[in-house]
Amino acid sequence: MKVLTVNFLTCAVKTCKTSPEAFPLHFRDAELAQQDLEFNPEFIKNMLLRLDWNAFRVTTSELGFSTIPAEKPEGDALNDETLLRDLHKVLLETQVMEGKLVCGHCAHEYAIKEGIANFLLPNHLV
Amino acid sequence: MSSRDGSTAVTYEDEHVHHVYEQIASHFSSTRYKPWPIVERFLQGLPDGAVGVDVGCGNGKYLTVNPKVFILASDRSQALTKIAAQHQPHAALIADNLSLPHPPSSFDFAISIAVIHHLSTPARRVEAIKSVLELLKPNRALKQESPNGSVSQSPDSSDGRALIYVWALEQKNSRRGWDEGMAQDVMVPWVTKSSRGTSSKPLKRNSAVEHSETRQSDLSKGSVTAQSRKGESLTPSDSSQTFYRYYHLYRAGELEQDVSDAGGTVIESGYEKDNWWAIIVRNSEP
Ligand SMILES: [Zn+2]
Repeated sequence: MKVLTVNFLTCAVKTCKTSPEAFPLHFRDAELAQQDLEFNPEFIKNMLLRLDWNAFRVTTSELGFSTIPAEKPEGDALNDETLLRDLHKVLLETQVMEGKLVCGHCAHEYAIKEGIANFLLPNHLV
Repeated sequence: MSSRDGSTAVTYEDEHVHHVYEQIASHFSSTRYKPWPIVERFLQGLPDGAVGVDVGCGNGKYLTVNPKVFILASDRSQALTKIAAQHQPHAALIADNLSLPHPPSSFDFAISIAVIHHLSTPARRVEAIKSVLELLKPNRALKQESPNGSVSQSPDSSDGRALIYVWALEQKNSRRGWDEGMAQDVMVPWVTKSSRGTSSKPLKRNSAVEHSETRQSDLSKGSVTAQSRKGESLTPSDSSQTFYRYYHLYRAGELEQDVSDAGGTVIESGYEKDNWWAIIVRNSEP
């Protein structure tokens, strides 16, 4: 799964959805892989507009990326192709292949296998 | 099926919807490659950079329509999700449409195509529409009061909107021949041809049509004989398998009613090739 994806995910348990602790979900034991994808600067710029930057910083620090700017790039910074390529690499090309996503509110763990996260809940949590 | 309670419905759908899709995934996928025009138009009309969800994405055939938006697609079937995950730049995950793992009120658009009709009680169908509506950015449209006192909403083009698509009861020209007045809860056969019992082998495209979804006379009379069918049966030749999926066929006006019960407003709706569809927005909070 892409790093970008996690910015649009929260816990599937109903009582967690309104809790700030459930977003973002936290990676545990993540195994990463790199997948080459076509670089589309407009797409990255559009996604930057939509990104929750604080959540993105939490996610990337959990995955071991140390070069993410503290502030969301805006204005002229968006014309910096090196920056956009870096973000493309992190947001789209970095795949979490195995591991878990953990809710910070209820502590439920969602498994990621072969790059796909499974959010089906056990009966007692539905 | 209105008497069915929630947990019975879950077990029922597990056996007669989810299990079946898992079994027929690759054959199903090989027959599902052409997007329906209404869905295509909806997705192509989105602004670049819009972010949305595809709830019950199946093999992800709608993920190929517009690469300038970002779609988080989900399905209960692991086998179908795997196929859907191949479409860039989008994302695919395994999730239940009544427990979606997304923050509420944050998406520009949603689609749920040929999904809601698999839920086996009226309450769960309304709940499924509600789950989709909740994800949408709230409708910020001004309420307009007309001289006669009725309130109408005129949604802004930037409001989150969803496209819902369900199978219609009224399809007398289809090979199934269902029409007005017939039973709405039906078991629909799916036949996979397979060599030596390996049902997961994809077929060649030219043979991959729902060729054997013939109408069952007992079903058209209204008896859902689920108990006698364990979801699959082998023919004597052992070369094909028949799976039965549960459907609730929508009659005219029923989708609009469900949307209204779910707290949504229909801004456009219609009939396309044996299906009812509606483009909907969330009602403003009172
Ligand atoms: Zn939780």
